[in-house]
Amino acid sequence: MVSNPTALPLSELIAKLEAREFSSADATASYLDAISQRDPKIGAFLHVDRDAALRQAEAVDAKRKAGQPVGQLAGVPVAVKDVMCAAGQPATCGSRMLKNFVPPYDSHVVTKLRQADAVLIGRTNMDEFAMGSSGENSAFGVTRNPWDTDRIPGGSSSGSAAAVAARMAPLALGSDTGGSIRQPAGLCGIVGMKPTYGRVSRYGLIAYASSLDQIGPFATDVSGAALLLEAIAGHDPRDSTSVNSPVPAYSQTVEQPLAGLRIGVPVEHFAEGLDPEIGRAVREALAVYKSLGAELRDVHLPHSKYAIATYYLIATSEASSNLARYDGVHYGHRATEFGSLVEMYEASRGEGFGAEVKRRIMLGVFALSTGYADKYYTKALQVRRLIRRDFDAAFADVDVIAGPVTPTAAFKLGEKTSDPLSMYLGDIYTISANLAGLPGISIACGFTAAGLPIGLQLQAAPFEEEKLLRAARMHERATDWHRRSPAIAST
Amino acid sequence: MQLTPADVRKVASLARLKVSDAEVASLATDLTAILGYVDVLNEIDTTGIEPMVHAVELHNVLRTDSLVESLPRTAALSNAPRSDGECFLVPAIIEA
Amino acid sequence: MSYDVIIGLEVHVQLQTQTKIFCGCSTAFNPDHPNVQTCPVCLGLPGALPVLNARGFDLAVKTALGLNCEIARFTKWDRKQYYYPDLPKGYQISQFDLPFSHDGWVDVVVEKESGDRSQESGEVAQGHTIRRVRILRAHMEEDAGKNMHDESGRGRDSQVDLNRAGTPLVEIVTEPDLRSSAEARRFLEELKLLLTYLEVSDCNMQEGSLRCDANVNLHIHQPDGSKVPTPIVEVKNLNSFRFIEQAIEFEVARQWEAFQQTGIRLGAKGGHKATRGYDPDRGVTYPLREKEEAADYRYFPDPDLVPVVVDDAKLAAIRSEMCEPPASRRDRFQSEFQLTPYDAGVLIDQGRAMADYFEEVARGCGDGKQAANWITQDVLREMNQRGQSITEFAIRPDVLSALLSRINGKQITIKSARDVFASLLAEADESTGGSGQRPVAPQAVLSVSRIDEIITAKGLAIVEDTGAIDAAIAMVLSRGEKAIADFKSGNEKAIGALIGQVLKQVKGADPQAVREKLLTALSR
Repeated sequence: MVSNPTALPLSELIAKLEAREFSSADATASYLDAISQRDPKIGAFLHVDRDAALRQAEAVDAKRKAGQPVGQLAGVPVAVKDVMCAAGQPATCGSRMLKNFVPPYDSHVVTKLRQADAVLIGRTNMDEFAMGSSGENSAFGVTRNPWDTDRIPGGSSSGSAAAVAARMAPLALGSDTGGSIRQPAGLCGIVGMKPTYGRVSRYGLIAYASSLDQIGPFATDVSGAALLLEAIAGHDPRDSTSVNSPVPAYSQTVEQPLAGLRIGVPVEHFAEGLDPEIGRAVREALAVYKSLGAELRDVHLPHSKYAIATYYLIATSEASSNLARYDGVHYGHRATEFGSLVEMYEASRGEGFGAEVKRRIMLGVFALSTGYADKYYTKALQVRRLIRRDFDAAFADVDVIAGPVTPTAAFKLGEKTSDPLSMYLGDIYTISANLAGLPGISIACGFTAAGLPIGLQLQAAPFEEEKLLRAARMHERATDWHRRSPAIAST
Repeated sequence: MQLTPADVRKVASLARLKVSDAEVASLATDLTAILGYVDVLNEIDTTGIEPMVHAVELHNVLRTDSLVESLPRTAALSNAPRSDGECFLVPAIIEA
Repeated sequence: MSYDVIIGLEVHVQLQTQTKIFCGCSTAFNPDHPNVQTCPVCLGLPGALPVLNARGFDLAVKTALGLNCEIARFTKWDRKQYYYPDLPKGYQISQFDLPFSHDGWVDVVVEKESGDRSQESGEVAQGHTIRRVRILRAHMEEDAGKNMHDESGRGRDSQVDLNRAGTPLVEIVTEPDLRSSAEARRFLEELKLLLTYLEVSDCNMQEGSLRCDANVNLHIHQPDGSKVPTPIVEVKNLNSFRFIEQAIEFEVARQWEAFQQTGIRLGAKGGHKATRGYDPDRGVTYPLREKEEAADYRYFPDPDLVPVVVDDAKLAAIRSEMCEPPASRRDRFQSEFQLTPYDAGVLIDQGRAMADYFEEVARGCGDGKQAANWITQDVLREMNQRGQSITEFAIRPDVLSALLSRINGKQITIKSARDVFASLLAEADESTGGSGQRPVAPQAVLSVSRIDEIITAKGLAIVEDTGAIDAAIAMVLSRGEKAIADFKSGNEKAIGALIGQVLKQVKGADPQAVREKLLTALSR
């Protein structure tokens, strides 16, 4: 067998699978070996069914052998965040509440992956119910950053980001409610994309905040993200908020540079709070674009400083309602010690949920309660519109908006767990895209002196994913940050 | 907005969450801090601004009234903490 | 001291869709097979999402139009949050501040002596008046499942069946315009009639397709002319007309009693609104324990569902599906066909199919009174004897109207018509082995032409042939019967016997014509 498939860029992996230089079973086996070797130090996976994965791979190999048509991800292993339902596989959401929950149905994205002949290689770890920015809120253990295992990988899609960064999977799906794809991608030095709200169906995505949640791809390079997005995007009649517009061939157009690209630089995203090392790397990325003929323009997002407050009111209000169904009656954890029905509810929920989830449910219940709903929930919805208007105005003049993904590089495990608010503030640059429903992508643009990845975020107007991917690819082609992988990936 | 332990207990009961005294104390602190932070929104005059409920504002998304196969009962009850094979079981509901 | 009874109703009506409001599961009533009509959506499984049933929304709008409501051009979906085992998501998808319809009314004919008459709007039948019941709002929501409690009282586990969870409902909220239990019943009867005419609901109360909560209190007249309201009580889940009447009557008595003892008025200490249930066995209402102490439903817009915008085209399309409401049809039957209020009422209350049947017969034979008499007497009797509905009844309107035309055309006598009617039914019963089932193709068996075949076969046709009649008369008179002498001696009645003898000779002769000819003959 040729060089270890896990070391190959996705495009080469696919080329060799198509040329049948090695089989999907071989590739899948190498990734499974990588998981058993590397994951004990990372904690990216919650559930890996080796036999099931190999069976899928062999089925695809058989299809190929028989000369039957195969999907665009034929034989490629894809890791899935433990928040998207796949019939017969556990979906714990990193919560004790759903420790034993096995959905009887497939989410839309999983159906799409099956149609594309992808191999579902495993379920990835996450902050409980996607609430968290560090990967420390999982009921089943923390996930560590492959670049420095004393540090957090970011969250809430901690496992998916770490799995791809450590080359334990070439592709992974995550969900992004306030930055949960882009932030861990940035902190792990890979590509992560949050599509426009409505671009990818949420059917079967276990909800955190329904009006903000969106599923998106992780990959080691932009073309990989384009390919995976192309496979999962599109209208789904089972999701009332899924938008019915055609899906461009992202993987075809991604290599085409954009002539006369106008890049907006949001003044507010380079203000105090931004670590100088990060600021420097992001400015260098902007310089790269300039050298490629792009035009840089300052833009203003005056309401962006209100984004975090707005987000934590809307997201927790919706979450308090979305998580009301976990009451120990129809599924999920039921306490053993209780008297009345009400006590059963309270004990089951008290035991099933972790501290951060409880905190957000409490905040949301309060923000929606009589006498406070107007002051908190409704007020936040009004500010949300102002934030959206800022972007609409900005995108009248520019094609994309570029800036940092996070104010700092990956911090140490436990560093912020005692101070929820300071943890929330780390989402400052990613959260607005969810409130406004915009697409955003995070790509590698450098490393700190300590060797930690730094991310560049690009955002575009709704449904401009194609433009976003092409712009991201321009930078990637001119640099080689994406070729770097953590030491653990070559063990 | 200062949340007292009493406020926290009231919210916890609305949320059907059993919370220990220790949790009540830390929740009171955390929630007070967060509510203090979100007060920045009061700086903004939002009179006449239509609340934005959806990120993409669609309307009239409907399905036709045609049958889709239901789950077999075994699947419907497969995740039930307790069932008698026909129904979900819960502790007696006191009605009156 | 006297008092006014103040009643407002909240009526839940199940819309007759094939599938649930937000998923493709069947809405069939199926209590014997719990949890077989569920899916990830109506089980509230994590990740599942609702999508609105288009037919359900149209039926809801149709309902509201029937209630003379304003239809909102923009309506949205809200989550009503509370915990109960029959509510799998921990919230009910409903409508809060922007219901799809509001501000309508339903006119009900009520007995005059009942209640105050301030709202009378015109006289109807003797001793009756029209009470206009205002509709505050009508909104759509999903039904919950069913909790089955351990009846043994030993506090064993309760069972939860989610077959019904997600069934589409319209909740109709009236203003407190009803003044007695009888009026409440009349309103619900009229509402049920309207909804079945519109074919938006089967209103089957046994199956819970029509359920009612009643808000009841008293306004007690004070010597100074003022009125004191007693605390409002909401009596929940009344599922039969009788129970509704009984529950309200019990409440009226109970509240009057309570006020005389305590004097507690609405809003005073201990005077807050209370919720009670009704126990039909003991015939009493009893206090219900609130689902959520200090209920705070925390309504907010459901982010999983998008608003519905109703434009003119949509409204026009639904209006075109509407039928004439029973109330105005009842009036029209009186004005257009000169029916008595009673007959019109009987026909209308039989349902839309019967009203259609009547109208076709009345138009066909051009005699509404005749048609009403036959249908309310002969047709109803035979139908019920056979346990049939009017659509199953073997004699279709074209045949009956043809038969009645024969009477009006003086071709046969009413007596003969009844004879033909009976023969037709006998043939129909034969064709179905008397099973009472509707014949495979009744028209084939009972065509209009069949009427005339029977008339000739039985020689029932009225004979115009004066020659034959004259001959018969001459013959009868020639016998010099005693009757002749009696008649001549002034006994007018005696002519009856002579008419009878002539008719014996000439079957189908018109008795009236015979009488006249005899009179002239005898006067010679």
